[in-house]
Amino acid sequence: MKHVVVIGGGVAGMEASAKLSEMGVAVSIVEKADKLGGKLNRWDRLFPNSRPASDLLAKLQSGMGKDIRKYVNAEVSSVRQSLKQFDIALSNGEDFKADAILISTGFDVFDAHRKEEYGYGIYDNVITSADLEKTFRKGETLKTASGKKPQRVGIIHCVGSRDEKAGNNYCSKVCCITAVKQAIEIKEQNPEAEVFCFYMDLRMYDRHFETIYKEAQVKHGIQFIRGRLSEAFENADGSVMLKAEDTLLGKPLKINVDMVVLMAGMVPSSGNRVKEQLNLTVAEDGFFNVADAHYESSGTNVPGVFVAGACTGPKTMENTINEARSAALAIKEYLR
Amino acid sequence: MLVFDWFVLPFTLGLVYLVVTLLVKYFRWVKNLPVDEFAKVKKGVLSTKTFSAIREVFLESLLHRKIFKVNPLLGYMHTSLAFGWFLLILIGNWESRIFYHGHVSPPYVPIFFRFFNPHPVGFKLEAMFSFLMDLTLLVVLSGVTLAWLKRMRSRFFGMKKTTVLHMGDRFALASLWFIFPMRFLAESFTSGAYGGGHFLTANSGAFFAGFLPVESLVYPAWWAYSLALGTFFVALPMSRYMHIPTEIVLIFLRKYGVSEQSIFTSYTQVEINSCSRCGICIDPCQLASSANIRGVQSVYHLQSIRNCAVDNDKSLNCLMCGRCDNVCPVGIDIASIRKANRKQQAAQKENVYRYVPEGNAAKADVIFFAGCMTHLQPSVKKAMTGLLKHAGISYWFMDESGSVCCGRPLMLAGKEAQARELMANNKAKIVASGAKLFVTSCPICYKVFKEEYGLNIEVMHHSEYLLQLVESKKILVNRQDVKAVYHDPCELGRGAGIYAQPRQLLKSVVSLQPVSQDKENALCCGGSLANIKISNPERKMITADAVSVLTANNPDVLVTGCPMCKRTFAQASSVRVLDIAEVLSGALVLKQPTALIKVKNEERLAIQPVLIR
Ligand code: SF4
Ligand code: SF4
Ligand code: SF4
Repeated sequence: MKHVVVIGGGVAGMEASAKLSEMGVAVSIVEKADKLGGKLNRWDRLFPNSRPASDLLAKLQSGMGKDIRKYVNAEVSSVRQSLKQFDIALSNGEDFKADAILISTGFDVFDAHRKEEYGYGIYDNVITSADLEKTFRKGETLKTASGKKPQRVGIIHCVGSRDEKAGNNYCSKVCCITAVKQAIEIKEQNPEAEVFCFYMDLRMYDRHFETIYKEAQVKHGIQFIRGRLSEAFENADGSVMLKAEDTLLGKPLKINVDMVVLMAGMVPSSGNRVKEQLNLTVAEDGFFNVADAHYESSGTNVPGVFVAGACTGPKTMENTINEARSAALAIKEYLR
Repeated sequence: MLVFDWFVLPFTLGLVYLVVTLLVKYFRWVKNLPVDEFAKVKKGVLSTKTFSAIREVFLESLLHRKIFKVNPLLGYMHTSLAFGWFLLILIGNWESRIFYHGHVSPPYVPIFFRFFNPHPVGFKLEAMFSFLMDLTLLVVLSGVTLAWLKRMRSRFFGMKKTTVLHMGDRFALASLWFIFPMRFLAESFTSGAYGGGHFLTANSGAFFAGFLPVESLVYPAWWAYSLALGTFFVALPMSRYMHIPTEIVLIFLRKYGVSEQSIFTSYTQVEINSCSRCGICIDPCQLASSANIRGVQSVYHLQSIRNCAVDNDKSLNCLMCGRCDNVCPVGIDIASIRKANRKQQAAQKENVYRYVPEGNAAKADVIFFAGCMTHLQPSVKKAMTGLLKHAGISYWFMDESGSVCCGRPLMLAGKEAQARELMANNKAKIVASGAKLFVTSCPICYKVFKEEYGLNIEVMHHSEYLLQLVESKKILVNRQDVKAVYHDPCELGRGAGIYAQPRQLLKSVVSLQPVSQDKENALCCGGSLANIKISNPERKMITADAVSVLTANNPDVLVTGCPMCKRTFAQASSVRVLDIAEVLSGALVLKQPTALIKVKNEERLAIQPVLIR
């Protein structure tokens, strides 16, 4: 029986493993965290329909049958290609041979400390979108550092994305809609709160996105301000003054908010040691190159090594799941 | 008795042309100096400054001491050519003077002495002189060989790049390369035919006589030598060799206190003509070494000004890091020339910033000015205000709720009129506050407040002030078990000469590790506001290289005194980057203990939350 090793046990890795296993391939899945599920463990509700992340996770888990060997708290420490096979060693001492490899290492959330001017880690009331999800997932209400309900919240788009200075020129694709989603969720928790989104332009490209955006404005009164944040000052009471340029009005603007949420973008997953060992190429954005952008998005420059999910660039959950299935098919075809 | 032969004409005419051209040029340049600068020259001429200028001419123009320091082989090349040639002329004059019993003869006589007196019978000192002349000629020839090698292979000199030549230079260079080999041949043939010479030319003469009709070659060889000299003299004013005489003028003017102004003056002409195009300024330029940006370095910039062919790239694609100023053996004030050039190119507009509100001043002893860059690094701002409060200083945070720019970025871009407008706004507030001390956490601001504002209160960089507060025990600190390296910001180090205070301050709290390139030789972080041409990927290459030099010994933290450097490094460094104020605030003793000896752990703000993310 042919054996496939899946590196990365998030959404893409889980779905691809399930499909490969269904097709009669032996699968081992390696995950560095203590459980499978990746970022789904951290998100609360998913756009576009507010479905709980745990619900989707349960669905993915149902496909992870006994046949699939699961290694958690483990990382690939070395990979070597020998003829048509790969020798793989894990950090837990385990090693095995594989006929193909699927890389589904996903992405890291941009480290917002790197945009120090926004005050993350320095000002008490500046958090990231990932922090906010965590709060929601725990079922807590959003509070300022001094324990009050924020009456005004500023949401900053494109933190660490589309930013040459941060070294990331690309758009992270999902943060605009996440901002709209989270803005609505903040309003649902506290309808009196005022929420301001500072955006460069809004990327409402997918099905239902425009509808949600419209709802955010009409139903929830969320204000969208076009202009990039230039600076954030902390006031003595811990509130934050945001300075930006409203590029639609052509005026500089100052506004005080109780809390700031930074829409941290997606960056290529760090610690991807397999990259060098397999001589895989990445594009200038740091994400893996695919064999053919239109026709072979699961292949790489190395035969037998496949990719799926956000390790080839920012994408939504449903795109990730579709890619996982398509990678499973491509692998099955390759193993024939 | 007049010795003469037609072949001396090319040399003599060339020399006359050269001397007249130079005198006219130099006279004009000195006369056209700005009034104040000219007054300095008049005052200086009759002072001891003249003597020290003569001394420097000897050390630099002849011995090339500074080039020796930077690159001994290159130094030897320059010295052997310049000083060797000088000795040839000096000894030749001496010889002919003694020989002709002190008769003053035309300048060509000592030069062509051996032609007129191949083997002077009965001249008692002949042996000594011909030995000295041979020795000096040998030294000069070794210099010519090295110059030739340098053209062929600059790596031989440990230099990555040598300069690119232009037409006028090629002409002069070719004739210069000809001069000494021709002299060597002329003297050898003469000795081969008529005897005379010493260890070099006597032997080579005998050697050539073995297979060449040396007697009939003597005359053409002396013609060729004279022609080479004449050509060189005529080409010199149009070539880079103009630097040889001009550097002497430069040394005198500089000694008299003449300096670059904010616009081009005739002193600028003297400076750019003093550039020997040695190319020493290319190697330290990180634009070249890290980002592979060529053709914009100072040697090319000066050359383009001289040829009236400055393009935007040459004047604007520069970090103004000062690393080239630091090594230029001629001591050309490269940075000021570049600034003046930028000013010349930029539109000067009045009343651009009329909309900026005047703002109010608060009374205080000390002003703290963060500047826009510190505002982008809130952790620095927080550390500074924390330290000032801790020390109980009565201070006014001048730009707490948004700053009016200090003016330096506009200055660096050449927009001086616009900059002055902002500066007037800031200055009014500083004066109104009645403060006695102005402290800023930004070296870029520091430089302009200190040098251009004309404030009559003291201006300090925060590292200087914090050191004072630590030394006067207004701030009590605990030593931390942390290995740190310090990065000298360009504007603070080479720009303002502040190297010691930040180091001393750091040594009081952490253990400071050495860095291979520091102080005057420190690298630029790559973030410089002065370069508006460079692309972000190019900046990144510079930053990455600087970070790897700084963190070569795996320090725990990389410390700097500039929010701009901090911001730039933070994007590229895996080692934590901190401002000096943050390090200090992390090492702060919170409550002032009665005895300084022991401080309990809970009484201090641990450094850990600051150092480790
Ligand atoms: S999706 Fe929106 S917020 Fe995210 S990077 Fe793209 S434009 Fe910016
Ligand atoms: S500017 Fe100075 S270092 Fe550069 S080529 Fe000229 S003389 Fe040499
Ligand atoms: S100032 Fe710096 S960047 Fe500019 S030419 Fe000199 S070394 Fe290069």
